[in-house]
Amino acid sequence: MSEGRHAQGGVRFGMVIDLDKCTGCGACSVACQAENNISFRPDESNKLRSITWMSIFELNNGGHYPDYKYAFLPRPCMHCDSPGHAPCTFVCPVNATTRDENNGIVTMVYPRCIGCRYCIVACPYHARSFNWWDPKWPEPMESMLSPEVSTRMRGVVEKCTFCHHRLLAVRSKAYKDGTDPDKATYTTACADACPAKAIVFGNLLDPQSEAARLSKDPNAFQILKKLNTKPKVYYISAHDWIRKLSDNAVA
Amino acid sequence: MDRALIPAGLKRCSLPVFGLWMLLLFGVIGWGVFAGAVVLLKAMNVTGLNDYFGFGAYITVDLAIIALGAGAFFSGFLYYGLSRFFPSLKELGKIINLAVVVGFVCYTGALAILVLEIGQPLRAWFGYWHANVHSMLTEVIFCISCYAIVLIVEYVPVVLENRKLCEVKPIKVFGRSLHDVMAIFALTGTFLSFFHQGSLGGIAGVLFGRPYAYRAGLFIWPWTFFLFILSAIASGPAFTALICGVLEKVSGKKLVDRSVYDLIGKIEGVLLSVYIVLKIADTAYWGLVQSPGLGLKMGDFYWGPYGIWLLIAEIGVCGVLPAMILLWPAGRKSNFLLFGAFFLDIAGVSLNRFVMSIPAFAAPVMPFDKWQVYIPTVYETAPTLAMLAYCALIISLSYRYLPLFPREKELNRA
Repeated sequence: MSEGRHAQGGVRFGMVIDLDKCTGCGACSVACQAENNISFRPDESNKLRSITWMSIFELNNGGHYPDYKYAFLPRPCMHCDSPGHAPCTFVCPVNATTRDENNGIVTMVYPRCIGCRYCIVACPYHARSFNWWDPKWPEPMESMLSPEVSTRMRGVVEKCTFCHHRLLAVRSKAYKDGTDPDKATYTTACADACPAKAIVFGNLLDPQSEAARLSKDPNAFQILKKLNTKPKVYYISAHDWIRKLSDNAVA
Repeated sequence: MDRALIPAGLKRCSLPVFGLWMLLLFGVIGWGVFAGAVVLLKAMNVTGLNDYFGFGAYITVDLAIIALGAGAFFSGFLYYGLSRFFPSLKELGKIINLAVVVGFVCYTGALAILVLEIGQPLRAWFGYWHANVHSMLTEVIFCISCYAIVLIVEYVPVVLENRKLCEVKPIKVFGRSLHDVMAIFALTGTFLSFFHQGSLGGIAGVLFGRPYAYRAGLFIWPWTFFLFILSAIASGPAFTALICGVLEKVSGKKLVDRSVYDLIGKIEGVLLSVYIVLKIADTAYWGLVQSPGLGLKMGDFYWGPYGIWLLIAEIGVCGVLPAMILLWPAGRKSNFLLFGAFFLDIAGVSLNRFVMSIPAFAAPVMPFDKWQVYIPTVYETAPTLAMLAYCALIISLSYRYLPLFPREKELNRA
């Protein structure tokens, strides 16, 4: 359970996404769906009810042709590192979503979630989805689900876990190999799948990790920094108009 | 046919007329129960809710009805707690039974709707078992359960006043004994309900990721915590008085002295004025200091159907106006103005609960996000209407078969 202050171990997993490299191909989103057993429906046109842990927003500079510019912004859960609690974790009445202070990952306990959706309204990034229907997969997909990730029942909330099951796997392996599980590193399915290598995942507290290095890039930014949610997902862009879209500013 | 159950010396409409009214209410309740059953069986996809609107009609109606049910605890607090020091408050004894019934129906009705509101109703008890002490919703779960129990205990002696039940001596003795200790329950209810109303306000106020709803505050409590308490006590007794006025109109009888309405008008006028001054201060700070600090201006919070009219209606038309009428002695003397002000007061507080449940989360926070509009479906409106019908049903039955108003016989002697 998240406590009043950070335990702040040596691990804080985070992600850096280079928007200048992102082509909006959606491979990250598809890889995430497959990796995490995310159910879908025959008609997914209502995006306010479809479950997508890695959503892709289209950004534009508001200009008209020929000055029109656009970019794509993949948005996983930000795994907010705000002091004490993430916006979602402290509102959950049943401790169904908590932040693991050993690594900073905000996790979900699906069998405990009562489906009150308080965490959904608390999240300014819309990173959480409710299971409006029973999860179903067309034949024969149901028999091809990943055994590493539990499926979610209707009436509960789910979200990106930074592929937490992969972390558990590398920690188990480290334990078996006799190495320090706390030093085990891994990467997420979205970062693995990105053909442009726009997504980098790693320990933000490890100065040797690429993610830590990129998060300190002069062009790196976080979304809605003013809210003090302290997202652990960073974005990079050399374009001013994209960086300006990262936060609200009174004109 | 049911004359033996009607309090001695009091007249009620004929049983067939009352039966027709009951039939209508049962019809609405049946419709709502059917819609609720569909929600439970087919899941919440039949509602108008989505991943942008986690809260909708159910929460809005729950928040509003619980605020209006505050007449029970606040009138109880004034009557049982303060009337020893301020004898003029003893007048509230003439309406206190109705306040208890209204509080009982509001809270039990709200609890029934809450079952529909959660995606996993069979896990509702997890709130007690896996309680997160940091969550405002945990405080709500505990307070609403405890206070509903207190209200049941408060309602029981009113039921035991029934003429037929009173003929059974042990029941009569038990009922009277409960009456004797009612002050303890009333004050316990006051304590619980203050926290409960506050935590409902805290639900929105603590959301630091949502600048529309978020408010700074005192220690761990956001300003909405205190504003919700104040607005509930500034409208709850008015709701009880308005229901009493409606009962008088429908039955064609005088049920309480006019002085009771005048007293409630005076109390509500003062409380509403204090509330509205603080609400204006809160809105000014939120719109002119807090939001610009987060990169937003007030205009960013109002759009389309969720326009600035909400603010004008809530604070101006349904706040300042009724407060002025209720503070004005001549305004309280006119039935039209007094009950009109009560109605506006109730509408304003209900509108406040709507604003903090729906537009507050419709407003996009990320600069590249878009506004969305929420439209409830019949599976949300039917259960909420059924809940109101349930309230009307219990109040009607209580009025017919229980001596709710101690002065009714005297006032209608002629």
